[in-house]
Amino acid sequence: MMLCSMALADSNLPPAYWSNRQLPDPKQEAQAQALMEQLRCLVCQGQSIADSDAELAGDMRDLVRRRIAAGEKPSAIRAWLVQRYGTWISYKPTAEPAAWPLWLAPLALLLVGAWLIRRRIRLKAR
Amino acid sequence: MSRAVRFAPLALLLLVIVALVWRLATPADTDVHSTLEGKRVPAFALAAGLPSKPAFSSGDLATGRPHLVNVFASWCVPCVTEVKVLQTLKDSGVAVDGIAIRDSAPELADFLLRNGDPYERIGSDPRSQVQIALGSSGVPESFVVDGKGVIRYQHIGPIEQGDVPMILSKLEKAR
Amino acid sequence: MIAETGLAALWLAAGLAALQFVLMIAALRTETEVSRAMRSIAVLQGVLTLIAFAMLIIVFARSDMSVALVFENSNSAKPFIYKVAGAWGNHEGSMLMWVTILAVAGAFLGLLAHRTGERTLLAALGAQAVLALGFYAFLLFASNPFARMWPAPPDGQGLNPLLQDPGLAFHPPTLYLGYVGLSVAFSLAVGALLTGEVDSRLARAMRPWVLAAWILLTLGITAGSYWAYYELGWGGYWFWDPVENASLMPWLAATALLHSINVLAARGALKAWTMMLAVIAFSMSMVGTFLVRSGILTSVHAFAIDPQRGTFLLALLAIYVGAAFVLFAWRGAVLKEGAPFELVSRESGLVINNLILSVILGVVFVGTLYPLFVEAVSGEKLSVGAPYFNAVAGPLALLLAALVGIGPLLAWRRERRPVLKKLPIPALLGATALAITIILWPQMNMLPRVGFMIAAYLAAASLLPLIGRNPLRAPFATWGMVVAHFGIAVALLGMAANAAFTVERLAIAQPGDILSVGPWQVQLQSVVPTAGQNFTAVEAELRATRGGDIITLSPQTRYFSDPPTATNESAIRTFWNGQLYTVVGKQDVSGAWQLRLWWKPFVTLIWAGGALIALGGALALVGRRFRFSFFRRREKADWRRERYA
Repeated sequence: MMLCSMALADSNLPPAYWSNRQLPDPKQEAQAQALMEQLRCLVCQGQSIADSDAELAGDMRDLVRRRIAAGEKPSAIRAWLVQRYGTWISYKPTAEPAAWPLWLAPLALLLVGAWLIRRRIRLKAR
Repeated sequence: MSRAVRFAPLALLLLVIVALVWRLATPADTDVHSTLEGKRVPAFALAAGLPSKPAFSSGDLATGRPHLVNVFASWCVPCVTEVKVLQTLKDSGVAVDGIAIRDSAPELADFLLRNGDPYERIGSDPRSQVQIALGSSGVPESFVVDGKGVIRYQHIGPIEQGDVPMILSKLEKAR
Repeated sequence: MIAETGLAALWLAAGLAALQFVLMIAALRTETEVSRAMRSIAVLQGVLTLIAFAMLIIVFARSDMSVALVFENSNSAKPFIYKVAGAWGNHEGSMLMWVTILAVAGAFLGLLAHRTGERTLLAALGAQAVLALGFYAFLLFASNPFARMWPAPPDGQGLNPLLQDPGLAFHPPTLYLGYVGLSVAFSLAVGALLTGEVDSRLARAMRPWVLAAWILLTLGITAGSYWAYYELGWGGYWFWDPVENASLMPWLAATALLHSINVLAARGALKAWTMMLAVIAFSMSMVGTFLVRSGILTSVHAFAIDPQRGTFLLALLAIYVGAAFVLFAWRGAVLKEGAPFELVSRESGLVINNLILSVILGVVFVGTLYPLFVEAVSGEKLSVGAPYFNAVAGPLALLLAALVGIGPLLAWRRERRPVLKKLPIPALLGATALAITIILWPQMNMLPRVGFMIAAYLAAASLLPLIGRNPLRAPFATWGMVVAHFGIAVALLGMAANAAFTVERLAIAQPGDILSVGPWQVQLQSVVPTAGQNFTAVEAELRATRGGDIITLSPQTRYFSDPPTATNESAIRTFWNGQLYTVVGKQDVSGAWQLRLWWKPFVTLIWAGGALIALGGALALVGRRFRFSFFRRREKADWRRERYA
């Protein structure tokens, strides 16, 4: 089985300061955490950077926390990263046209399903 | 049950199979490419990776001469062989600059001593900040940057001997 | 010798499967009397594959390095249980397990099925054999587990350390029993479509198979979730990873199928839905096995990438599912539906249940494959993950959970009584829960808040079918339904509590430092090196106090050499009101240690709920086979008595 392991070509430097420390302000930390769960790890590509043991993920967590502490909005940080890595890096599909079918899918499925069962249920009282 | 409804599952299956066949035929490229090709290098200023080398900042990339920016590290295994190829490029007149990711001066010095030193400048990036700003996702990677500081090409993975002509031509185009 | 025995048994089994297929054609066309022969051959096929699987386990147990698979996935230093479980911790071995279950399921179908029409049964046995044939071919030609290597190397490359866990002994076999158990439903549906005998009798014959497979699938998924939770070291229990989704989709289809079968059994209605769901459930199992083994989707679960194997599996998928869908399209016209259902009736409730489950299934399917579609069409790479699935599947699941409270109260045909009058207490409980969350935790996110409300309401509403009658006289099947639906409420409560109340503490600590997480004060006492049978480790000793309680926890980071990797061994302590979850990480530049601590109130309810759901299914399975209730004696199955479940 292929699983992303910790010992993948590691540097000898310890993790960055803010990669494994929480911000002192709980609101900011919650914001940072929420954003980190939406960013995809570039190394362990099946996980978010919040759940990844990879060093680059740690450095990205450090980056996110520093910026949130500096007052930047999560959406701005995400946009900055998307600018550099493309939409791949955001687990949350953005508002772009390529993602519309994803959001329309549940509605479409409900409508199709309802249409398929339209004759199964008698709606008018006898 | 109308004919459309009865055949719909088959139609959907066909669609899915076609997509899966396509995916098997064109395997996914697991490299994440930087989207900054064609854009200006983001501003950065890195301290020198070694006392014996000059520091490296984005201003050094807009001097009119194309550069090859190599994102590397002393702990990176494929970088060991890549350094020799970079030496070949340097001997051909290419300006090679390095960004050392998560590295320390003594280990860098040791690495260059053992493997050779093709770098004009080496910037130290201990928290991968500039690496992230460039849209790079691992070591080693290299960027061909033209004289105005615009990124022209990203090479993911080590530059091998066979890639040298291609890199040289990219640098030519970047004049 | 052992390996060759296994290989020979596999070849023989494949030959028997081919024979079974031929016999089915003969039986359907010329009405030849092959019934007993078919059943016997099915049983023999099952026995042979069991022998093959046993041989594989033996070579792993003995660490026979001359077998290539053992070399690649095992090591003589491994603890014995992981030597054995390692037999199915790889592609070829797990594929052999898949085929074994397929053949054994066919054997049991041949042995036990007595309620089905004879022609339908023969067609089903033939279909099962055809399924097995393709996978035998895959094993024998593209994934031989018994391939030898000469000269035999002295020792093996070892098993991935993340798999050296009791979870490996339990999770894959249970999951596969569920996945592949659904093949029986598939085969029965195909058989019935061929013979045209789609009726309540078929439904009652299919039901125990679907129930058994569904129970095991529920347990397998629950176990997998808990395994990931304690193994991956970050406290998450579901990641919407493509392989996780691949296990969820058959489960969703099987749940819908289970309920649809009840309508077909009781009223002879929903023929098309039920047949289609039966086909889709196992199709999803096959899609899942394709996704895991072809490497086309990035996943933490994926086996090594091999596009050649992927192509073979895709071909099998296309043939089997395609043939079933063709059959459905061709024979679907003979599936005549009766009169429409009354709006307020058990049947309508189940139809809507089916609808919502199918929509959730569709959403998970679309979300999982969408990045692939987009890349094929436009070349753009986008990612679909937890944010999407939680946002879409979450509300749908909550809606379904709300309806689950009402459905079991409805009578078949037409519910004349005002059912909603039974619901004030559950509704009140739900409203109270909502009010409490608003007052005490105004900043809680919407989804957990609604989750609490519905969990409270459903916990009460699910018990209603037992109220107003002697619960001890209610059939086991009713108890099963109540327990399973109650389990949903329990799991939902756990998920909401985890989302709303988890306290996380990440810090760098020196020995002597005290960190607070929730009601706990955790002090790092020391970090010492230690070792195990095939690893070295650093172990942190933590002393945690809460009020008067004092406990010690010892999380570790383990380092393995074959293959060289590191794993987190979290230290978790469970209390009645939550879990204290601790992980030790790397050392900082100052020599201090990274600690990750979580206090997760009521998180264990998530898996307790899953276990309850499975238990409910087990009660229903036992109850239907034996028509037990606590005081009633064993009675013959009488479908006219099916009023309550």
